[in-house]
Amino acid sequence: MNIKKILPQLLTLLVVILIFGFFSYNAQVNMENRGITFGYGFLSQESSFDVQFSLIEFDGSHSYFRAYLVGLLNTILVSVIGIIFATIIGVVVGIARLSNNYLINRTAGVYVEFFRNIPLLLQIFFWYFAALRALPLPQDTEPMFGVFFLTIKGFFVPAFVWNNLDIFIYSIIAAIISIIFIKIYARKKQENEGIQTPVLSISIGLLIILPLLSFLFGGVDASVEVPVIKQLSQSGFTYEGGIKLPPELISLALALSLYTATFIAECVRAGVQGVSKGQKEAAASIGLTPNQVLKLVVMPQALRIIIPPTTNQYLNLTKNSSLAAAIAYPDLVLVFAGTALMQTGRAIEIVSITMFTYLSLSISISIFMNWYNKKIAIKEK
Amino acid sequence: MNKLNFLQTDKNNLNTYLYTGVILVVLSIFIVFLNSFFNKDIISFLPGSISFFLPLILGFIGLHLIRIDYSSLKLLDSINKNINTNNFNAFLSLLIVFAVIKSLPPLLSWFIFDANIAGDSKDVCTGSGACWTYIKIWFNRFMYGMYPNAEQWRINLSFIALAFLGTIGFFATEKFKKYLTLYYVVVYPVIAFFFIFFFISGGPIFFDFSYGIIAAVISVIIGFFIPSKFKMYYFIIVPITLYILLKYVFFYEELIELGKLEALEWVETGAWGGLSLTFIVSFFCLIFCFPIGLFLSLGRRSDFPIIKYFSIGMIEFWRGVPLITVLFMSSVMFPMFLPEDMFIDKLVRVIIAISLFEAAYVAEVIRGGLQALPRGQYDAAKSLGMGYWKMHILVILPQALKLVIPGIANTFLALVKDTPLIFVVGLLEIVGMLNLAKTNPEWLGFAMEGYVFASVLFFIICYAMSKYSYNLEQKYKTER
Repeated sequence: MNIKKILPQLLTLLVVILIFGFFSYNAQVNMENRGITFGYGFLSQESSFDVQFSLIEFDGSHSYFRAYLVGLLNTILVSVIGIIFATIIGVVVGIARLSNNYLINRTAGVYVEFFRNIPLLLQIFFWYFAALRALPLPQDTEPMFGVFFLTIKGFFVPAFVWNNLDIFIYSIIAAIISIIFIKIYARKKQENEGIQTPVLSISIGLLIILPLLSFLFGGVDASVEVPVIKQLSQSGFTYEGGIKLPPELISLALALSLYTATFIAECVRAGVQGVSKGQKEAAASIGLTPNQVLKLVVMPQALRIIIPPTTNQYLNLTKNSSLAAAIAYPDLVLVFAGTALMQTGRAIEIVSITMFTYLSLSISISIFMNWYNKKIAIKEK
Repeated sequence: MNKLNFLQTDKNNLNTYLYTGVILVVLSIFIVFLNSFFNKDIISFLPGSISFFLPLILGFIGLHLIRIDYSSLKLLDSINKNINTNNFNAFLSLLIVFAVIKSLPPLLSWFIFDANIAGDSKDVCTGSGACWTYIKIWFNRFMYGMYPNAEQWRINLSFIALAFLGTIGFFATEKFKKYLTLYYVVVYPVIAFFFIFFFISGGPIFFDFSYGIIAAVISVIIGFFIPSKFKMYYFIIVPITLYILLKYVFFYEELIELGKLEALEWVETGAWGGLSLTFIVSFFCLIFCFPIGLFLSLGRRSDFPIIKYFSIGMIEFWRGVPLITVLFMSSVMFPMFLPEDMFIDKLVRVIIAISLFEAAYVAEVIRGGLQALPRGQYDAAKSLGMGYWKMHILVILPQALKLVIPGIANTFLALVKDTPLIFVVGLLEIVGMLNLAKTNPEWLGFAMEGYVFASVLFFIICYAMSKYSYNLEQKYKTER
């Protein structure tokens, strides 16, 4: 150890400690002046504000911690919806960009170039303030397929009313577990005897039959509750029953999925193009059918390239969902770092909790991705 | 004449198939065209669903008929190869063509034919199309925010000057070319910083700026007569001396009293806004985030554990949180960390926050480039006796940065697209100004026009940037 090695490190450490010391000293002085003490005890206090849209029951009498949960659940909801649609659109567009049909190729290209070059916030505003505001009022709405109502006040969809929902869910879980076992068995059988089992048709059958059995024998019962129009005042109408998706949620999910889909499309395209032509030719030359080539040779290699950047995009989408604050969708940032912060004035605690939530999410995903990358990496000799 | 088989076309009856097919396709397109442009339904005598699908069916049959391999007609072969390879592709191509024809008239009429641009009040916007008058009236606000109208020439002048200074690289002589990197990395950002912070904000500090300019101009003129041996010292010492002399000895009192040099009006940063603010914020963040990111990426690969873990911590922290919470932090939490009497301008705080945030992404991109270099490059540089900095500046970074041009361009694009988020701290760049204008009681109901306008602007900026980065990538591409 010589001085040349230690000195820069000591200097860095010193600067970091100095900056942190300066900040924390000032924070202490400032909080003393304002009469606040640092601590997370406020989380159990009564929140006394209301949230427009929440998945769990919430009103002013619940605690700030529950407000945090409400925000977190709303963030998760919009992220999951966004991820599902972004994946579907992204895969379709990515494959379309590989098409040898010039028109399809160009259309997909224009879509990607257009949506990725416009700021996400602008897209959210566009859908929320311009596009969805052009929808009809509840009383003028024509139903889609008789049961969906797309109005300026939100999207009203029918809800399922379940009896014995838990049995139904158990049946689905049972189906999934048995599919996993069948898959393991099929692989073993193929390795030992070289006989292929039609896993796909068996699993689809299981997924249909087991829930069906739960309907017939398990006492599961579902009825559909269709939204019905209801008059509030002379000119105010709304729908009752069913599920109401607020316009904030729709525009946010729409913008997030359309924007992220462009990046996913590029990942998919790069992945499929990354599989060299020789692989396909080699697979065909040992007598695999085109379907088998796709399933056994191309897709496993393409997925290896596609999955890491796509996971990154999912993470980006989740982080971008915090733009919800701009259109008052009650997500984590708006409910907790917005309303709760204004009410309690505890800037340091609340911002740190919010940041820590996002941070732990993204770090856990990146740890998982590192593990996954190691697992799927091609083991070269 | 051979037997005609309409299910399996071949080359023998080429003309028959070709004419029938082309007539069918043209007919189908013609029907859709009439329907969408002139609102005439010439097949309305047929029952509803058939008349709806008829163009599709006709076109499909037509495309099927003209799908003839090796027809020796160039145009036909190219059509077949590109849009008509099989039934499924033909179907999709037809759908796209019809969708374009169908959507053109409403779009055209909204954008051009039914739109209004004349006049200067909302009353002229009676048509069903867009109201570009709204954009015209608010144009100044969208470009300059709340910046006073009479002072806007300052923004224009600074941007023109900076654009001119930025293009110097194209006109540089051979002698000057080797300093270009230094110029763009160090000199240009400093000039830009002074220009924007002193010239656009004006006020008393503007004097500092004008003295600086006078000092610089005088020293450059004299600099031509100084022997090159002393030039280095000359350009450090003389401008500073001149500046101090000008400020404290010669002119200070007299000029103000005589009114010869009137101070520019002070415009606080809260009044800046519009597209110019977008440019200012993204420009400074671009300048700052690159060196910070570079150092973080080098730090992450450093042998010193403290520096390494500090860099990893910084990178993972900034990459793990959404930008909006960072801006929240800079606006509500950061003032708590400063002494009571210390105040940092909102714009400066935002620029610092975004720069640190984007620097983490830049760092990861550059790390990718550093990792992609073979070990031999490091070993070769070391064996020539180069130290750490010399090795990186002369050997490693030029190669690594070349590799990561696309990644860095993507990060910069993301940065430009992230600037609207500064609405969180109350700064209104173009998207924020749109939202403000939208709520003006006299101009309600024109949200669509505003957002379309901003989308087009952003699209042009970002698309141009991505094309430019693609050109750069091609230019610096070297075979390895």
